Amino acid sequence: MTAPARHQPSLWIVLTPKWRGALSRVRHEGGGSRAKLLLLSIVAIGFWAAIFGVAYRVLHYFRGVQEIGNLLAGKVLGVTLLAFLSILLLSNVITALSTFFLARDLDLLVAAPIGWVRFYLAKLFETMVHSSWMVALLALPILTAYGVVFSGGPLFPFVAVAAIVPYLILPAVAGTILTVLLVNVFPARRTRELLGLVGLGAVAVVVVLLRVMQPERLARPEGFRSFVDYLAVLKTPTSPWLPSEWSAEMIMNWLTRVSDPWPIARLWGAAAAALVVGALVHRRLFHLGYSKAQEGAERKVRRPLRGPIAHLLNWLPPQKREFLFKDMRLFFRDNTQWSQLILLAVLLLIYIFNIRSLPIHTGERVPFALVTVISFLNLGLAGFVLSAVAARFIFPGISLEGRQMWLLRSSPLDPRTMLWSKYWMGTIPLVVLALAITGLTNSLLQVSAFMMAVSLVTIVLYTVAVSALALAFGVFYPQFGTENAAQIPTSFGGIVYMMASLSLLAVVIMIEAVPVTAQLRAWQRGEHLTATPEILIAGALVVALCAGATLIPLRLSARRLELMEW
Amino acid sequence: MIRLTELTKRYGKFTAVDGIELVVPPGELFGLLGPNGAGKTTTIRMIAGILRPTSGTVLVGGIDMQARPLEAKARLGYIPDRPFVYDKLTGGEFLRFAAALYGLQGPAVERRMDELLELFELTPWKTELTEAYSHGMRQKLIIAGALVHRPEVIVVDEPMIGLDPRSARLLKELLREFVSRGGTVLMSTHTMEIAEVMCDRIAIVYRGRVAAQGTMAELRQQTSSEGMSLEDLFLKLTGGHQRHQLDAVLGA
Repeated sequence: MTAPARHQPSLWIVLTPKWRGALSRVRHEGGGSRAKLLLLSIVAIGFWAAIFGVAYRVLHYFRGVQEIGNLLAGKVLGVTLLAFLSILLLSNVITALSTFFLARDLDLLVAAPIGWVRFYLAKLFETMVHSSWMVALLALPILTAYGVVFSGGPLFPFVAVAAIVPYLILPAVAGTILTVLLVNVFPARRTRELLGLVGLGAVAVVVVLLRVMQPERLARPEGFRSFVDYLAVLKTPTSPWLPSEWSAEMIMNWLTRVSDPWPIARLWGAAAAALVVGALVHRRLFHLGYSKAQEGAERKVRRPLRGPIAHLLNWLPPQKREFLFKDMRLFFRDNTQWSQLILLAVLLLIYIFNIRSLPIHTGERVPFALVTVISFLNLGLAGFVLSAVAARFIFPGISLEGRQMWLLRSSPLDPRTMLWSKYWMGTIPLVVLALAITGLTNSLLQVSAFMMAVSLVTIVLYTVAVSALALAFGVFYPQFGTENAAQIPTSFGGIVYMMASLSLLAVVIMIEAVPVTAQLRAWQRGEHLTATPEILIAGALVVALCAGATLIPLRLSARRLELMEW
Repeated sequence: MIRLTELTKRYGKFTAVDGIELVVPPGELFGLLGPNGAGKTTTIRMIAGILRPTSGTVLVGGIDMQARPLEAKARLGYIPDRPFVYDKLTGGEFLRFAAALYGLQGPAVERRMDELLELFELTPWKTELTEAYSHGMRQKLIIAGALVHRPEVIVVDEPMIGLDPRSARLLKELLREFVSRGGTVLMSTHTMEIAEVMCDRIAIVYRGRVAAQGTMAELRQQTSSEGMSLEDLFLKLTGGHQRHQLDAVLGA
């Protein structure tokens, strides 16, 4: 007979497969060539430098505004952290479902003699890291800018870490509690609908919060009845019951030399209490939920995807048609995949609301130049959003075939057919999205017909190209055997793809500046815009560039797929 | 027909398959035996067109797998050792997808699917997602998928894993019937009884090479092991564990 385990494995041991796996991935991806590592370093530094630069300029400007400068800086930090908090909460719920109930290592861990506290802490840590690292990286240059502009001193990094760690723990615990409760209260097979509800709730909360705050009002002090009213709004906490406000307060107190222990006490007290509550909820409900989740394999299909869509694609040869059907079915039946649409919807709603709230059509003479410039910038922003969406939905396409590749490779399926299917499956919805975002925001901005046409044509060409880039980088940097589709875009290949697509965007925008400037000049002179050779050349260049960025990656990836082994 | 000529596969400095030569004519069930890591699965995956050989050729139905892969694959049905299927497809959808990969569609495919599901007792599960299937059911589903396009050559990697005795019996009969009608089967297995009873000829693969091949009688003759069972013959060629190893593990 075996003796019962006397010593619990440490948290470090329980997490070993995770950190060792991450290390070997870094070695594998980074160690391949020094050029890769250099490329990644340049991207990271460039990215941080850009965010730092913008934050530094804004904060420097605030610093110069007497009396309200510090208040404005605090307000902006609070709103930024609040926006991050909503993303963190949603991201934690989605990740917790995967790490606590669906991950492949669960059978091993649940069967091993590991105490519930260690198990909970290990899984919570894993959930928190997966959900928060992007936000933490984004917050790093912003907080650095705060530290530099307000002369935070050598201890500021420690204060910032002390303010951010509990801020990350709280949504992670909240996410795990919510997930455990949902899996327990409802049948596990209904998690899809539940996640939909949670997502819709999160969208509603974020939009309502942002609308109630109306952050754009702060940029227009003249909109207030008096300066005192304006000051009162600035001094009132945005969301006094949320950790984003406590973190912002703790950081601003340090930077403005205010000694107030309450934000620190609230933050760390709440984080500690949340951990205790989270652990107790886990102890009581995890095993029941886990057992339910095991029984929860869906059996019946609610949407068999026949009928109108099937008829619509009847003209396609069977290989292509069934491949498209298969991809659509897998996408809409997989919670970890389609639930990312909720995140996308949140971001898009905020984006459109922000455009709508821009104070440019306020009754005075319509500032044509301003509208044109904003519309042009909007094109860049829409391009960025589309690149990110392609990273989320098109880049993982090939990786997700992973374990089933034996079937595709042993059958007479031309790899080009697979690419074709993946490409159009991603590109068509993305083009629709691109036209919707650009068309809608341009209509809200009331841009000229010329700007509308330039924006729509450019965004369609760009979308067609980024889809090809996303798919191609997915072929060159596949992540077979991944547990969570949501993690694929954040791999090395995903980051390199983002860099490539944003470089393409930057070049396209630079070329498009030619016709946009020509339109502005014509407007200044009170003339109509005529098609000059520069405008035509610029147009032809954009078409050629986007066509090249579409065809070359697709050809290279088809060749790569033919040679690839599993 | 399957013909392997000087088939070699290297991963860096490691040679997984080292110049294997084999011919499996139509109407023959050929068994590939060997210890873990001998190179059986790598060989089978090269025949199926999943891995590219470092050197050597694979002919399936007389067609070079590397030169004309799509034509060669159209003649082949591959059954892997691990039944990975798309969890979020139903059994019916999976079979329809498998048939479409071979360019097949329409009422004839639907009838064929129903026949296969019936044969493997999966008809009640046709509209259920495969994530609810047991290991054995998944295995039966991928066997059905390999047969849906009526291949002339079947390559099977460890076919009996996860199958209940009834299904294992069915598969044995199916493969024997397939070769009796002129089909070709190459099968890897660890189970000596299965190899001995089912296979017309056997190759014992060890460290990437064919250590011996032929009918049971020819194998005994080649290895001077008259009267030996296949298991003893296999252990003679590939080596077995030592008593002290068992003692060490069990703490005796």
